[in-house]
Amino acid sequence: MKLAINGTTRTFDGDPRTTLLDFLRRDCDLTGTKKGCDHGQCGACTVLVNGQRINSCLTLTVMHEDDEITTIEGLGTPQDMHPLQSAFVDHDGYQCGYCTPGQICSAKAMLDEAKAGWPSVVTEDLTAEIDLSGDEIRERMSGNLCRCGAYSNIIDAITDVKEAAR
Amino acid sequence: MRPFDYQRPDGLDHAALLERDGGALIAGGTNLLDLMKLQVETPDTLVDINRIGLDELEPTDDGGIRIGALVSNSVCAADPRIRADWPVLSRAILSGASGQLRNKATTGGNLCQRTRCYYFMNIDMPCNKREPGTGCSALNGRNRIHAVLGANENCIATYPGDMAVAMYALDATVEIAGPDKASRSVKIRDFHRLPGDMPQRDNVLEPGEVITGVTLPAPVGGTQLYRKVRERSSYAFALVSIAAVIRMEEGAISHASLAFGSMAHKPWHDPRIDAALTGAKPSDALFDKVADLLLENAEGYGENDFKIPLARRTVKAVLREATGAST
Repeated sequence: MKLAINGTTRTFDGDPRTTLLDFLRRDCDLTGTKKGCDHGQCGACTVLVNGQRINSCLTLTVMHEDDEITTIEGLGTPQDMHPLQSAFVDHDGYQCGYCTPGQICSAKAMLDEAKAGWPSVVTEDLTAEIDLSGDEIRERMSGNLCRCGAYSNIIDAITDVKEAAR
Repeated sequence: MRPFDYQRPDGLDHAALLERDGGALIAGGTNLLDLMKLQVETPDTLVDINRIGLDELEPTDDGGIRIGALVSNSVCAADPRIRADWPVLSRAILSGASGQLRNKATTGGNLCQRTRCYYFMNIDMPCNKREPGTGCSALNGRNRIHAVLGANENCIATYPGDMAVAMYALDATVEIAGPDKASRSVKIRDFHRLPGDMPQRDNVLEPGEVITGVTLPAPVGGTQLYRKVRERSSYAFALVSIAAVIRMEEGAISHASLAFGSMAHKPWHDPRIDAALTGAKPSDALFDKVADLLLENAEGYGENDFKIPLARRTVKAVLREATGAST
């Protein structure tokens, strides 16, 4: 079966137990996506599947025929960074950096979700337009854990990109 | 993970047949794959139902809405109709898990999620739910997250979810297809089971049955709250949760429907509570009576004793807010 990863068509015919995370890291050499807990609890493995963020450790590659996968390597490059990548650099949105690819992929999709009007549990009026306050960003990014505790800078980085997109 | 045979059925009937023959259905997979990694679940066949449809929200003839079994939690919670007319369901879904998990988790899969009991998830420990007849390790073990209602010595696990709690308050119906094109509907309040002497069975699904959707009756309006008490304010399971749908008319409660999460082997609904509230004027005495009804047979097992006073205080706070008795 085939699937597209960062715009490149790849073939998968391996063991059906292979998670999307292991396929990306082991078979595609895309090691930007990180394995943290491998149980969907830390968010380090977050990638975009057809534009939506998911935990790549909790999905099987074989279930993604014809899907379009975007990893951190597909968002930007050192020479041509995505605005979120630049903002994380500007704001020191990390210390060890292990959670950062997941944080950035998650933030990319999170901004798109807010743009599409998706509410969160801290949204007071479920039918009003979404205003991404700091509390909203914290809640929406809660699936990405940072053991270094760079959270406040992560919020600042995401806020910058949100403001710039206005 | 143990090896398995991966199958993609060509439709619902095929999926039901594969399931009847021992296959495990996989939709979002966020719970099942986790349990397969832990070898709590070891299916020989994995039946991937993601490409068989069942992914729409459709209005029903009587003003309700039908949520397909494969509608993701994210899409359901964000649907403008759900947000406007059944907001307790949006609130409950959004209070659970993370954005990543809600994008994969489905309506049917969420109903079938397994308990997060530490011993159920640890194959080195006895557990009647995982391995009937081996005993319940939680009974005299670490049981902070465990049941205080409807449990017995066989199993004190809780159903951990949020979405279903709101669906209990909304009196939803689960639609189920069986092999040979059979189908049936089950009130969601009868869908999950108490442990009894078969704690290995979480719900009433029979072999070969597949959830096709959940139907919500026409909206009843009113104030709809989902209050979730947990160890941290995001991305954690409930210790106690309450879904409340309360409508007031001329100072009295004209409609009341309450359901309680993380207190039992299933979301808890007690019709006596709804009856006691309906027609009554809000008062502290009334709210105490509701708490008494809820907790009359409550039993703690040590570390979870706190859930009993916590539930009492939480239900009273929810009722005060929902009835406008105080702010």
